[in-house]
Amino acid sequence: MIPAGFEYHRPGDIASAIGILQEHGDEARVIAGGHSLIPMMKLRMAEMGHLVDLQAIEELKGIEVGSDTVTLGAMVTQQELITHDGLASAIPLIREAALQIADPQVRYVGTVGGNVANGDPGNDMPGLMQCLNATFELSGPDGRRSVAAREFYEAAYFTARDDEEILTRISIPVPGAGVGQAYEKQKRKIGDYATAAAAVMVGNGHASVAMTNLADTPVWSDSASNALADGDVSGCVAAMLEAIDPVADNRGPVEFKKHVAAVMLRRAIERAQSRAG
Amino acid sequence: MNDQTLTPEERVANLKGMGSSRKRVEDVRFTQGKGNYVDDIKMDGMLFGAFVRSPYAHARVVSVNKEAAMAIPGVVAVLTAEDLAPLGLHWMPTLAGDKQMVLADGKVLFQGQEVAYVVAENRYVAADAAELVEVDYEELPVLTDPFEALKSDVVLREDLAGQTEGAHGPRKHHNHIFTWEQGDKDATEAVLGEADVVAEEMVYYHRTHPCPLETCGCVASMDKVTGKLTLYGTFQAPHAIRTVVSLISGLAEHNIRVISPDIGGGFGNKVGAYAGYVCSVVASIVTGQPVKWVENRMENLMSTAFARDYWMQGKIAATKDGKITGLWCHTTADHGGFDACADPTKFPAGFMNICTGSYDIPTAYLAVDGVYTNKAPGGVAYRCSFRVTEAAYFIERMIEVLAIKLNMDAAELRRINFIRKDQFPYQSALGWEYDSGDYHTAWDKALKAVDYEGLRAEQAQRIEDFKAGKTRKLLGIGLTHFTEIVGAGPVKNCDILGLGMFDSCEIRIHPTGSAIARLGTISQGQGHATTFAQIIASEIGLPADDITLEEGDTDTAPYGLGTYGSRSTPVAGAATAMAARKIRAKAQMIAAYLLEVHDNDVEWDVDRFSVKGAPERFKTMKEIAFAAYNQAIPGLEPGLEAVSYYDPPNMTYPFGAYICVMEIDVDTGEWDVRQFYALDDCGTRINPMIIEGQVHGGVTEALAIAMGQEIAYDEMGNMKTATLMDFFLPTAWETPNYTTDHTVTPSPHHPIGAKGVGESPNVGGVPAFSNAVHDAFRPFGLVQSHMPHDHWRIWKIANGLGMHG
Ligand SMILES: Cc1cc2nc3c(=O)[nH]c(=O)nc-3n(C[C@H](O)[C@H](O)[C@H](O)COP(=O)(O)OP(=O)(O)OC[C@H]3O[C@@H](n4cnc5c(N)ncnc54)[C@H](O)[C@@H]3O)c2cc1C
Repeated sequence: MIPAGFEYHRPGDIASAIGILQEHGDEARVIAGGHSLIPMMKLRMAEMGHLVDLQAIEELKGIEVGSDTVTLGAMVTQQELITHDGLASAIPLIREAALQIADPQVRYVGTVGGNVANGDPGNDMPGLMQCLNATFELSGPDGRRSVAAREFYEAAYFTARDDEEILTRISIPVPGAGVGQAYEKQKRKIGDYATAAAAVMVGNGHASVAMTNLADTPVWSDSASNALADGDVSGCVAAMLEAIDPVADNRGPVEFKKHVAAVMLRRAIERAQSRAG
Repeated sequence: MNDQTLTPEERVANLKGMGSSRKRVEDVRFTQGKGNYVDDIKMDGMLFGAFVRSPYAHARVVSVNKEAAMAIPGVVAVLTAEDLAPLGLHWMPTLAGDKQMVLADGKVLFQGQEVAYVVAENRYVAADAAELVEVDYEELPVLTDPFEALKSDVVLREDLAGQTEGAHGPRKHHNHIFTWEQGDKDATEAVLGEADVVAEEMVYYHRTHPCPLETCGCVASMDKVTGKLTLYGTFQAPHAIRTVVSLISGLAEHNIRVISPDIGGGFGNKVGAYAGYVCSVVASIVTGQPVKWVENRMENLMSTAFARDYWMQGKIAATKDGKITGLWCHTTADHGGFDACADPTKFPAGFMNICTGSYDIPTAYLAVDGVYTNKAPGGVAYRCSFRVTEAAYFIERMIEVLAIKLNMDAAELRRINFIRKDQFPYQSALGWEYDSGDYHTAWDKALKAVDYEGLRAEQAQRIEDFKAGKTRKLLGIGLTHFTEIVGAGPVKNCDILGLGMFDSCEIRIHPTGSAIARLGTISQGQGHATTFAQIIASEIGLPADDITLEEGDTDTAPYGLGTYGSRSTPVAGAATAMAARKIRAKAQMIAAYLLEVHDNDVEWDVDRFSVKGAPERFKTMKEIAFAAYNQAIPGLEPGLEAVSYYDPPNMTYPFGAYICVMEIDVDTGEWDVRQFYALDDCGTRINPMIIEGQVHGGVTEALAIAMGQEIAYDEMGNMKTATLMDFFLPTAWETPNYTTDHTVTPSPHHPIGAKGVGESPNVGGVPAFSNAVHDAFRPFGLVQSHMPHDHWRIWKIANGLGMHG
C-alpha cells in the first residue's frame, strides 16, 4: 500500500494553487483532507506527479451563517460541520448527515469541499447538497463561476469542474422555518459508505429529496420532490425508484438495494414530516 | 520478617497467583506504544522485499521480464522461481503434507499468488519496482466451486498429475486431495434407516480470514562471518519454524535463531510458513544484508491463510421423543490451490470428529473430502482448535434443524441429549475421550440467567405483533452449548511435521528470590507473561510480580510447538506447573536441611516450608532460594532451576453455554444484538480478568464471522473482500455488551485442572449468533440459511418467506 512518488506543493493562496495546476496540467491534483485521494493513491488507482495541498489556504476556511444563506469554505472539515452550533440551528440536516459519514478520525480531516468535489457516488455530501439546492463556487485561470449542485455531477468521478479549477466555497439557501429535514442512511458498519441514503426536506408546500450511492451520481429527483410537496409519499418513492439505477456489489444485489432505497426514503420522509412545522 | 505477621490469606493475596485478576504486565508497554513488533525492527543496511502477485486466479506464467524493474536505482534483485530452483526452494513443504510454490513455477493457482520477489534499498523503491516487473500470463479456466472442481476436466495441480496417492491416502480425482473417515458408516446408515425421525441439511461454514491487526512479516539476517541466520518474524510457532527453515534451507539448526518479538494477534494466521519468509531468507543469504518483508492488509487478506470453507452435509436421527440416535456428516472442504492446512499430521480435517458436540450420540460417521480450487491456500484454525469451530457450528445447527423437525424447543432438545456428568470420562462415537463436564448445570444456569421462559414469551408476543402489522422487527433467541477439544496434544497421536506436540517450561530462581521462566509457546496478545507467572507464583510461593516470563527466542527458550489451538495453558501451562513442582521438591530438601529435620517432616504452606506440627519454624521460598546459592548442602547441587517437557495424556474439553438475543429488521436486514450471555467452563481459572477479556474478544470475532465477515470470490476467482471496507472487522460501535459467567469443572488429568479458554468464545459465539438469526425466522418457516448473515442475506431470507408483501 505504497503510492507512487510525487512532488508536494503547499501554496498559501488560491491564485498560486491555480498557477501550479496550470503549470502541470493533468499531472497535478489538489489534496484536501486526503481521505478519498490517499487511499486511491495507495492502491495506485490515482497516480500524479504533483500534489497541491490546500491546507495552508486561509481563504478556503470558515463557516458563515447568514439569515438567507450559509457559506462553507471548501476546507471546512466534517468535524467542524458537526460542532458548529450556528450551522446546526440554521440547517440541522448538515450535522445529521455529517455524523453518519465515516468515523471520527476520518471526519477530523475530511473536508466538505473534498467530499463534494470528489465525484464518488458513495460520498454523502453531494446528495445532501442537491437536496439543499446548494451552489458550488469554482475558481480557475479564467476567474470564478458558480455551478448548482444539481448540475455538477456528470458520472462517477466526472463533474462540471475543470481540471484547473478549485472548488472554493459552497453556498446554501437557509430553508425557511417550518421545513422538516432528515437524513437516513443504511450502512454495514461504522466507516462504510451507504447501502442507500436519503436526504429529505419538506414543509411550507415545498419538498426536496435526493439519494446517495444508488447510481453513478447522486440522484435528486424533480418529480419525486414535487410528489412529496403534494403530500404524495408513495408517488415520491415511486418516482425516486424510477430515477435510481443501483449496481450490485458486496452490499448486495440490485433488488435489495432498491428495496432498501425505498425504506430509507420512507423513513426519512416520515422523520422530516414529523419535524415540519 | 514482616510476613510472620501476615495471615495465610494475606500471604496468598500477595502472590497474585492463580485465581487473581492480576493486571496484564504486557499492557504497560503496549498502552504506551512501546511494544516491539517485527516492523519496528531496524538494522544497518536492511533491505526490503515486495512481491509481484498474480492478478489471475488460474493462469500460465509465460514469461517474467525483470529489466524495467532492475533499472530503477536502489533495486538489488528480482527473484523468480527460476532463481530459487537451483537451491530447491521454488517449492516448499506445507504443514499438511502437500507442497506449495514459493514463487510461481510455470503457473498460478490463485489471485494474489506470489510470482516474483523484489529486493530493494527501501520499501518505496521495492513497491515501485514491483509495479514494473512485466509478467506475461495466459489465462486458464477457473474453478472456484469445490463440487465443480471434483467433476471438472481442468487439472489444477499439474505437478501431481498421475499421483493417485496423497499424503492422506488415495486421491479420487485430479482435484481431490484426501478422504478422511471416522466412525462407523454402516452402523450409522442402519440407524438412519430405522429412525423415527431424520433431519437432513447442508450446513455451510463460509470462507473467512483471521485478519490479525498486525499482518505477517519477517526480518531475515544472515551473518556471513559467523554463518548464523537470525530470523525475526510473526511466528506462532518459532521453534517449529526453526526446524522447518533448517530442513528446507540445509542450514544447520544450531546456526539458526528464530525470534518472535511482540505479535499483534495471530488467530492461526501466523502458524504456517509463507513465501515471504523463504524469499527473505534467500535474499539475505545472497546479499549478506538483513531483509525485511511485511505484507500489507490486502496481501494478508488475499494470500495468507484463510479459515473454514467447509460444506457440511448432515443427517441426524432421533426417536420421536427427541433422543438422538445417530449422526452422519459428509464434508466437502475447499482447501484452495495448495493444501496448506495447519493440522496435526494424522488429522487432515483437524478435530472435525468432535462434531458430536456436547451430546450423547451413540452412533456416528464422518467423512471429509479435501478439494483443490483456484483460491488462496490455508484452512487454519482461526481462533479455534483445528476445525473445532466448524464441528461446533455443524452440530449446533443440526440440533436446531432437528428441533424444527420434531417441533420441539431447542433448549429442551439439548438438555435431553447432553452427556451426563456421571458419564465422564466419556468415550465419543467418533473416537475422543472427553475428560470432564457438567453440561446440565451450566445449561440450567444459563437459561435461568437470561430468563429463557420470559424471552420465549416475549418472542411469542412479538410474532403476534408482527403478524398484526404492529412491528417490522423480529426477535431471535440463539442457543448454543459447545464442547471444544483443545490442548494438542499427546505425542502418541499429535505431531506437526513429525514434531511431537508436547510443550515446555524452564524456570530459574535467582538467589534473591525472584525468577525467570521461559516457555516453548509465544503470546500474541493472550497475556502469557501475566498468567504463567501466576501459575508459578501459586506453585512455588514467590510473588508473580517477581517472575519474568520470556518466550519466542529459540536460542534461549526450551523447545515447544507454539501457541494456537488453545494449547498454551493445557500443554505449556502444565509444563510450567510441573517445572515449578520440581523446584518445590528441591526446595523442600533445602528447607529440611536448613530446619534440621527430615525431608518428610516439613510441609508446604503457601510461600514456605514449615516443620510439621511447628508452623512457627519455617523457611520461606525466598530464604530457600538464597540458601540454594550460598550454602553447600550435602547431596544437592547448588542452584535452583528446573525444566519440564510435558506430553499431555489427553486433550482438554472446555465447554460453555452461550445465548444471544437479537432484534432483526425484516425490511433492511439490519440486526441488533440486545443481549449476549456467555457462560464458560474452562476448568481451573487462572486469571478471571484475562478470561473475561478473551471471551469479549472471541465473541466479537464470532460476531464478525457470523454477521458479515467473509472471503468472497467472483466466478473468475477475483477476491472481492480484500480491504477492511468490505471485510467486516467490528469496531467498538458494532460490538455489543456481553455478560460473562462461569462454572468450574477442572480437567482431571491436567496438573492444575485448567482447560484453556482463548478460543471458546469464537467456537461458541458463531452458532449463537447464527442460531439467533435462524430462530427469529423459524416461526415463519426458515430451516437453514448460510452465513454470513449480512444485511442483504437476512433481507433475502425475509424476502423468500414473503415478508415484503
Ligand atoms: C474509512 C473511510 C470511510 C469513509 N466513509 C465515508 C462515508 O460514509 N461517506 C462519505 O461521504 N465519505 C466517506 N469517506 C470519505 C471522506 O469523507 C473523505 O474525507 C471525503 O470524501 C473527501 O474529502 P477530503 O477532504 O478527504 O478530500 P481528498 O481526499 O483530499 O480529495 C478528494 C478528491 O477531491 C479533490 N478535491 C479536494 N478538494 C478539492 C477542492 N477544494 N477543489 C477541487 N477539488 C478538490 C481531490 O483532488 C480529490 O480528487 C470515507 C473515507 C474513509 C477513509
